Amino acid sequence: MGEKVLMKGNEAIGEAAIRSGCRHFFGYPITPQTELSAYMAKKMPKIGGTFLQAESEIAAINMVFGASGAGVRAMTSSSSPGISLKSEGISYIAAGDLPAVIVNIMRGGPGLGGIQPAQSDYFQATKGGGHGDYHLIVLAPNGVQELANLTADAFNISDEYRIPVMLLGDGTIGQMMEPVDFDEIPKPVYAHKPWAVNGTKNKRAANCVKTLYLTPSELEDRVIERYEKYEIVKDKLQRWEEHDTEDADIIVSSYGITSRVVETAVKQLRSEGFKVGIIRPITLWPFPEKAYKAVHPKAFLSVEMSMGQMVEDIKLACECSAPVYFTGRTGGIIPTPDEVIAKIKEIAGEVKING
Amino acid sequence: MAKVIFEKPKALGDKPFHYCAGCSHGVVHRLVCEVLDELDLTGDAVCVEPVGCSVTADEYFNFDVIQAAHGRAPAVATGIKRALPENIVFTYQGDGDLAAIGTAETVHSAARGENITVIFINNTIYGMTGGQMAPTSLPGQVTQTSPYGRDPKVQGYPIRVCEMLSSLDGPSFIARCSVDSVAHIRDAKKAIKKAFEYQKAGKGLSFVEILSICPTNWGMSPKEAIKRLQDEMISYYPLGIYKDEEVKDNE
Repeated sequence: MGEKVLMKGNEAIGEAAIRSGCRHFFGYPITPQTELSAYMAKKMPKIGGTFLQAESEIAAINMVFGASGAGVRAMTSSSSPGISLKSEGISYIAAGDLPAVIVNIMRGGPGLGGIQPAQSDYFQATKGGGHGDYHLIVLAPNGVQELANLTADAFNISDEYRIPVMLLGDGTIGQMMEPVDFDEIPKPVYAHKPWAVNGTKNKRAANCVKTLYLTPSELEDRVIERYEKYEIVKDKLQRWEEHDTEDADIIVSSYGITSRVVETAVKQLRSEGFKVGIIRPITLWPFPEKAYKAVHPKAFLSVEMSMGQMVEDIKLACECSAPVYFTGRTGGIIPTPDEVIAKIKEIAGEVKING
Repeated sequence: MAKVIFEKPKALGDKPFHYCAGCSHGVVHRLVCEVLDELDLTGDAVCVEPVGCSVTADEYFNFDVIQAAHGRAPAVATGIKRALPENIVFTYQGDGDLAAIGTAETVHSAARGENITVIFINNTIYGMTGGQMAPTSLPGQVTQTSPYGRDPKVQGYPIRVCEMLSSLDGPSFIARCSVDSVAHIRDAKKAIKKAFEYQKAGKGLSFVEILSICPTNWGMSPKEAIKRLQDEMISYYPLGIYKDEEVKDNE
């Protein structure tokens, strides 16, 4: 156990990234993630790293594309509208099979939306966002310690699989302060990168980070190869937290800050005698299907700060073995424990469960 | 014994170019490769390809290449150079890529004085997509998307990129060259060489625009195309050195 420090989520990402060997950060200001850029701007020059404020989100993600192609650990961060702008570059990073860590501290949308916390970019993060057949690995922390841990994991996983990883947090996770122990975070595991475009030194054949294949069969082969890798990731990387599911009539799912609200609600309901359990996805892609296939409640409930996006993945994962309900708030509003409790009691009535 | 007095640069591979008859890419590719060899930089070179006819140039080069999104090459080059400051990083971009969709990246990498080299092929047209109006298409120029000729009142005026970037403090070297004649090709090679030497010396962004021809999309024979470049393009886009940090230093 090391020393615990009180830190904002956004700053903890920065510190964890630096401890994970990231020396190249390319940012652009946007609320509510700007503290991360500010942290990197302060720290990077002192450790021989690069912090660069790009002219746009588009330029920032393409700088990550270049730095990652050159073989170093690179990162960018933004919030919802900025992630839309980065989506082009993310598609190219996926196409080039490059590692990269992209942070999205979500705010309300669509459009400029608002600056308060939201989870309405779930589809964008887990289903693509940019064009083409590809996936990101999406990690969803629900506290500052987990945010730090998953930042370190993100770099290692991204290097290992050559798949870009998105850290998906909401404005609350980014802004709130909690104690964090950086000795707990996973140690960097560096991958050999013989594919990097770092100069042949006249000693090897030239490398090319390709994103264009004009022969359809060649492109198809490359995409299929990538999807074979996704299958390995789906098998090995599904992560979730689960409790009180064995006897549960209703299993509630949520991620990020919403899961903290759900914890409070479920604790209250258990004390009232309701058999309620929790599956909290930590990897949103790959979605923890294994967790949902192993449980047999009378109903599932998804609680989100959106109009209901993850709820679709729960339906797919449980193969509709039970009805899947949704409740949530959007536009920058966090649901209250009382709202969640009321919804669960309503479901209990519908599926005829007694408290 | 016979002495070799002329050979293909080592930086250039053996694959025949796919470019159209008369296209300037072949000449410029060769100039870049000759310069890299002469400066012994081929093993350190990383090229950022644009979207355009030269998007598959990696097939001809014996050095590392990365394929950027349309217009983003200077941002990608920035990322590479910041990661690998000792390498020689350059973009090779056309007019649509550099002066339309990628204008922000062009201007800001120049403003930062990013220590990269930009090779800018200006042939006043989009080649790969089949001949549409470019930001550098001349007034009156007929293209697929300016079928009645570019009318500045409707489609605006062409951008003179060298002149525009010259107002910035960041770039160390800005030159406009041409490949329409042996003398101009020699000048272009000198400019490219200087551009890479400046990068090697860490002076900041070096930029070489090369007036080029696109006979296929201009609907001309290579000979007619060269004449158009000489008669119409050079008067609108004057050749010369627009900025040279070294000259300023000596003043």
